[in-house]
Amino acid sequence: MNFLQPIGRMLLTFLATAGRLTLFTADAVSHVFRPPFYLRILGRQMIDIGYYSLPVVGLTAIFAGMVLALQSFTGFSRFSAEGAVANVVVLSITRELGPVLAGLMVAGRIGASLAAEIGTMRVTEQIDALTTLSTNPMKYMVAPRLVAGVVMFPFLVLVADIIGVFGGYLVAVHRLGFNGANYLQQTYDFLAAEDVNSGLVKAAVFGFIVTLMGCYHGYHSRGGAQGVGTATTNAVVSASILILCFDYVLTEMFFTK
Amino acid sequence: MSQSQPKISLENVHKAFGRKVVLDGLSLDVGVGESVVVIGGSGTGKSVMLKCILGLLHADSGSILVDGEQVIGSNTETRERINHKFGMLFQGGALFDSLPVWENVSFGLLAEKRVNRDEAKELAISKLAQVGLVAEVADLSPSELSGGMQKRVGLARAIAADPEVIFFDEPTTGLDPIMADVINDLIVKTTREVGATALSITHDMASARKIADRVAMLYEGKIIWAGPVADIDHSGNEYVDQFINGRAEGPIQMAVRA
Repeated sequence: MNFLQPIGRMLLTFLATAGRLTLFTADAVSHVFRPPFYLRILGRQMIDIGYYSLPVVGLTAIFAGMVLALQSFTGFSRFSAEGAVANVVVLSITRELGPVLAGLMVAGRIGASLAAEIGTMRVTEQIDALTTLSTNPMKYMVAPRLVAGVVMFPFLVLVADIIGVFGGYLVAVHRLGFNGANYLQQTYDFLAAEDVNSGLVKAAVFGFIVTLMGCYHGYHSRGGAQGVGTATTNAVVSASILILCFDYVLTEMFFTK
Repeated sequence: MSQSQPKISLENVHKAFGRKVVLDGLSLDVGVGESVVVIGGSGTGKSVMLKCILGLLHADSGSILVDGEQVIGSNTETRERINHKFGMLFQGGALFDSLPVWENVSFGLLAEKRVNRDEAKELAISKLAQVGLVAEVADLSPSELSGGMQKRVGLARAIAADPEVIFFDEPTTGLDPIMADVINDLIVKTTREVGATALSITHDMASARKIADRVAMLYEGKIIWAGPVADIDHSGNEYVDQFINGRAEGPIQMAVRA
């Protein structure tokens, strides 16, 4: 029966982690709505998450749009349906690739940085110091980062949508010989508000996931540099998996509507 | 509140992590205005004791009273009220990397909105002067400071709100002997100036002799001896004798293999 022991241990560890994460989330969210509010930190986080992620998100989006235009042209030309390239690019970018790629890229940048920063604060007793200075660490560190993530991710995805569509336009017009005005008109005609909105809702959820995972793993890191390294890895891996998981759940919700 | 009531009173405090018992019925009183130093080897539970008083860890059982008010099992409001009386100098300084020195020093006052930012900076500079640091240090980042300067900034932060009790966690660890003595002098001076009660933990006997009115020795989760610092060299306790003389032979056996 020894083979059952590791399975049981894994199950118990999973349940304990799920419980800890649930309590952490509830505590963090409750502090979002209770004063005092640290607006200076919120502003700094919004700039860090929103503004400084723009190059990463922009580069990812433009190349995704360019590749998408080339690939869809290759596929559709087999059915003489090359005209659908603009439609496919704009739909794929706004509904799927914009939020998911931006989410994954920012999970690497912000999730890792949050986990490393908060993890270092944990192992150097800075979080304990906050408590002794009558400051709740959840309110001071976690709540502003969650709000910044939820607010700034949709902004990033909106930028990613525009740049991604522009990438598709560049390839379609300059590489595949499409008429620029026609391409843009087709994009505009085919695009529905719901396509963009569903992407923005996804972005807000992904922003919450990325910042929550970064804060949670950083907050619970133990054991010096190695512990901080593990927390950073766990933050990025768990945020990436949860983004893909919730992407399906949200797509299913919007799909059935 | 009676005059004889201790500022901090620990009674039969227990704390275990899983099967590992760290505090095993610890009892200790710290009088008002007194400076008590708890000595003991690494891993004997000195830091755990401090963290239980500060509310950073929850004791499993026993009683911890601050001005007669129970800490164990207290609600958030009580905990915050009690923590307002405390200042703490952490072993590694625990300065906030993301903030300049002056914001570190006046962090508690700013967080409670007791002062505006201009007043906070002015106050931080005066507290830095109290620990022998010039005003120019105020705008530096903690990473630009030496270990001794970081300790001083940590001390300035600990006294910034004029606390009633100051805790010192290994205040001289990692410092050269001269800087350690400077920090010891500053601890004595600032604690007197603020008029605070002090509870320190250390295994540095030079530090203990300098800053303590009374010394208590922690061993296997209990206080095994406590008395005035002048009595420590003739305590009549073989554990204390071995520890203060730093001898490998004696009743305290370290968990190492030859």
